[in-house]
Amino acid sequence: MTAELLELSVAAAAGRIAAGELSRQEYFDAWRARAAEDELNAYLWRAEGAAGDGDGALAGIPVAVKDLFCTEGVATTAGSRILEGHRPLYTATAVRRLREAGAEVLGKTNMDEFAMGSSNENSAYGPVLNPHDRGRVPGGSSGGSAAAVGGGLAPCAIGTDTGGSIRQPASLCGIVGLKPTYGAISRYGMVAFASSLDQCGPLTRDVTDAALLLAALQGRDPCDSTSVGIEGGVEAPSREDLRGLRFAVPADLAHDAIEAGVRAVFERTLARIEELGGEVAEIPLPHAEHGISAYYVIAPAEASSNLARYDGVRYGLRVEGEGDLVDMYESTRAAGFGDEVKRRIMLGTYALSSGYYEAYYGRAQRVRTKIVADFAAAFERFDFVVTPTSPSVAFALGEKVDDPLAMYMNDFFTVPMSLAGIPAISIPAGTAEPDGGGPQLPVGFQIAAPAFAEQRLLDAAHALERAIDG
Amino acid sequence: MIEREQVLHVARLARLRLSDAEVEKMAGELSGILEHVDRIGELELDDVPLTAHVVALENVLRPDEPRPSWPRDAVLEQAPDPADGAFRVPSPQAEA
Repeated sequence: MTAELLELSVAAAAGRIAAGELSRQEYFDAWRARAAEDELNAYLWRAEGAAGDGDGALAGIPVAVKDLFCTEGVATTAGSRILEGHRPLYTATAVRRLREAGAEVLGKTNMDEFAMGSSNENSAYGPVLNPHDRGRVPGGSSGGSAAAVGGGLAPCAIGTDTGGSIRQPASLCGIVGLKPTYGAISRYGMVAFASSLDQCGPLTRDVTDAALLLAALQGRDPCDSTSVGIEGGVEAPSREDLRGLRFAVPADLAHDAIEAGVRAVFERTLARIEELGGEVAEIPLPHAEHGISAYYVIAPAEASSNLARYDGVRYGLRVEGEGDLVDMYESTRAAGFGDEVKRRIMLGTYALSSGYYEAYYGRAQRVRTKIVADFAAAFERFDFVVTPTSPSVAFALGEKVDDPLAMYMNDFFTVPMSLAGIPAISIPAGTAEPDGGGPQLPVGFQIAAPAFAEQRLLDAAHALERAIDG
Repeated sequence: MIEREQVLHVARLARLRLSDAEVEKMAGELSGILEHVDRIGELELDDVPLTAHVVALENVLRPDEPRPSWPRDAVLEQAPDPADGAFRVPSPQAEA
């Protein structure tokens, strides 16, 4: 009975609960028992209370929540030692909206510290393991959320995506991950990393469930003046073909960076699009290859400013030095931040420092303008831009920890969409061996659409998902 | 190439204390990353405007209505060293 409950999609479970065929507490308890077995280090905290009692579209649904979302009275660490045990005074709007729709938090999920990372090895609370091969990474930074859904420890999850942090772990864990348009969902109560890029989104087992969560999450919030919501809302996708739709493949994105197995799955997926009546053509996207450079200036610059607040004064860790106030600041930050966070603060502070500002931050923002323009030109003739989500399948734990630049290249295909603020989804497209051999591992296919075209994006992803599963 | 002195200068700006080993490692890693980033220096960008925000929004306003702020006690419960209804910190001036 329990095993059958855990197989249900969120949409199916919500339907049975709404029809009175399934007890919401029984369903919640089944997931709680499963989450308690966490063999992947996916959770940092698990709920003990009752299922939600709201009556919305997600009535009775348990949701795993990345530990970046503030939850009143429940520890919120952002994967960092500096926030160990920190209990926020308020709850993030995204979590509040899920509760208003009837969902309840199943647990808080592990993540790269302050969402900085592509492997989850930067968590102060130990790495998350990939559900398909425990010797490999789940991706990051929403690795706990992706592993929980991919490993059957949660029916659905939310995460955040700054340069690929929902899409890349979704790809590596074999699930669906959606980064909505910047501004679709409130950022209020999300621990800030890079404020012009951070966006909340769902990680789910299928596209329909992603639409269901997005429908509840999206909307304008007076507490986040950059939030606007999605006009007309979001409905369950029903499209079954791709007739009349045009898919663009960027010609300039360096194809030698892609593993052979990933490329084969990508090509096969393009063929499926054509079988479904869609049209596929190459387009120039000349500045996308500079996305990594622009991103690794802009995001660290914003992070260095956002993380200035962790100073040992108002909340979180304090380490007393032997001297004055500055000594306390420096002792606290030296002890509280991990290596990658220190690296990004250094990079961002350098890029913003006197004499380097225009050469780095200024130029990066101009490249960002060029990338926005590249996508705008593509969307004049095409409905979607498609790429592999990640250049490789899940890599081994420890494989890239000593080479920051190699780690950053995991974001090669996801960063351009983040810089342009446009929505992009990763759906499971098949499996492949890593270069050099190994087990068959999940491969994600990324589809990007114009700003606020989430409905069209979900409809197309749904049609393609059906064809891939069929 | 980032020199040791530059790393120490930036670390001071960022209020980060780095060990000697961290300074050495950071100099090499930052140099490698910036070498990659420097490729955008080759692009023709002089007439290109800056993008700081991607969604077209201007002057998001709301009425200026007074609202209660967080209760002081609840806020101070999270503080590492609360005292007399405030946050206590070490003296800004080192003792001689």
